[in-house]
Amino acid sequence: MAIRPGATVTAVGLEAAAAPDASGAEWRRLGRLRWGLAGGVLFLALVMSALLAPVISPHDPLTVDIRHRMVPPAWMDGGTREHILGTDQIGRDLLSRVIWGGRVSLLVGISAVLLSATIGVLFGLAAGYFSGRVDWSIMTLINVMLTFPFVLLALAVIAVLGPSVPNMITVLGVTGWPIYARIIRAETLALREREFVIAARALGTSHVRIVFRQILPNLVSPIVVVATLQIAQVIILESFLSFLGLGVQPPTAAWGNMLGEGRVYMLNSWWIAAFPGLAIFVTTLVINVMGNGLRDWLDPHMKQ
Amino acid sequence: MRRYLVRQAVQLVVVIFGISVLAFSILHVIGDPVTLLLPQNAGKEEYARYKHLMGLDQPIWVQYWKFASRAVQGDFGRSWYGNAPAFRLVVDRMPPTIYLTLAGLGVALLIALPLGILAALKRHSFVDTLCTLLAVAGQAMPIFWLGIMLIIIFAVRLRLLPASGYGTWQNFVMPAFCLGAFLAPITMRLVRSGIIEVMNMEFIKTARAKGVAERVVVVKHAFRNACIPVVTVLGLQFGQLLGGAFITETVFAWPGVATLTVDSIRNQDFPVVQCAVVLLALIIVIVNAFVDVLVGMIDPRIRAGA
Repeated sequence: MAIRPGATVTAVGLEAAAAPDASGAEWRRLGRLRWGLAGGVLFLALVMSALLAPVISPHDPLTVDIRHRMVPPAWMDGGTREHILGTDQIGRDLLSRVIWGGRVSLLVGISAVLLSATIGVLFGLAAGYFSGRVDWSIMTLINVMLTFPFVLLALAVIAVLGPSVPNMITVLGVTGWPIYARIIRAETLALREREFVIAARALGTSHVRIVFRQILPNLVSPIVVVATLQIAQVIILESFLSFLGLGVQPPTAAWGNMLGEGRVYMLNSWWIAAFPGLAIFVTTLVINVMGNGLRDWLDPHMKQ
Repeated sequence: MRRYLVRQAVQLVVVIFGISVLAFSILHVIGDPVTLLLPQNAGKEEYARYKHLMGLDQPIWVQYWKFASRAVQGDFGRSWYGNAPAFRLVVDRMPPTIYLTLAGLGVALLIALPLGILAALKRHSFVDTLCTLLAVAGQAMPIFWLGIMLIIIFAVRLRLLPASGYGTWQNFVMPAFCLGAFLAPITMRLVRSGIIEVMNMEFIKTARAKGVAERVVVVKHAFRNACIPVVTVLGLQFGQLLGGAFITETVFAWPGVATLTVDSIRNQDFPVVQCAVVLLALIIVIVNAFVDVLVGMIDPRIRAGA
């Protein structure tokens, strides 16, 4: 077949077509970075509002006021400026509870991610660097864990341990590591063959030193990107567990348990369930946008 | 092909063994069945007696062997509450879960295929941007909240659809959409990147050079080849899909395995929980293995490599 001449023609055609596209891609990348930056700023604002909850929330999140139960949001008939997002079934201020709820979600999300990233990175480094039997065992474990839906595994363990914030962090942290391990393993496998590692080996550097001083610093970008995106996943999962009543226990304000309690009243008072859920959605959205921006910034070659 | 199948089978056995160990250790290593079963004021003697009665004073591997050899025969013990075999209870609740999963998958494909293909063919156009926005929003959406909002709008306000229940097609609409919305973003991205990759390949250029109509190029040449990664990843996503079905069920009080599992967890009915976990994981593993073999049959390159 006359493939050769045809191939050159198409290659030339491709280059001509690719040139304007490349600068377009660069512009789009910058655009996405701006989005990522906006996401980062909003995320910081969320963190600040969680940290400053005692200062900025208009009411105490736990104060019951049965005279003002199920007051609608301020812009609806019967709403007051006193309670901008309205009140719940026992008269607690929803805005204050949403602000305080952010504390729990961010605390659980960030701590669990730190835990699972640590475990996952260690396993991933071990599997990728030592390969052979170590690799096989860890990969098998990863495959087994990834088989289970994350939700199911977390639920089953929480059921045995009992619901509490430390237990949730532990469970979500310990069940979440395979995703890090898989990525770090793949990256380590590639890095292991690079000249600077081989040179270090030739100089007689110990394995531990090579892994932590030569390989790990090269993996910071993917770890940060994956960890950021995982915070959103963990927050959703934590909220779901709390929503089922198997997570953060009332009266502590958490978005999940507010949503779970609110759903009982959705016939008359939709806002009790709507706002905590909206808070989860906005938070995960902001984190995802920030994470995508980080990926573009740190790892421009990484494919979407 | 035979070597490929053998390798798949070995992997399957190893993973199933792993699942059984994990399911066993959730109850027996992390927790302690005796304390879970006895009332809190039970004395030490009673504790010891029950431990002996339940065979929990034997070495852990003996206990595991007992559990595993029974589980293979479908015996996960009796429910601590209903006094029915746990296996029966779980299997009876399986069909609603499977129907919901299939319906959700259908909705996801209905959304993702046309949008994904369109976005790939008209890159960086309005449609593409819209798809990206939808995907980003969709991935951040907690589906249990989406479900509740759908109920508030379509069941409470507009009274168009039943808020919960099972049996008629109306009952399927909201749960299936909810689950579909959960799976659609990732599927759409896969379809998009799959088509983009294939459209740059030589055989597409050949087809175009031959004068094949663009529609035929897209449907017959590009789409078929883009299906391979989509099918593979959808297969791997099956666990996610089942996890999503799990969440959806609890929102709409769907009478499936998830509702049963959550109720059993609330009642501390561990044989049922254990059985549900093992069976769901088994289904996922088998589907994954099936998809692997299927893809191996479609695409000989995968069979040879890996």
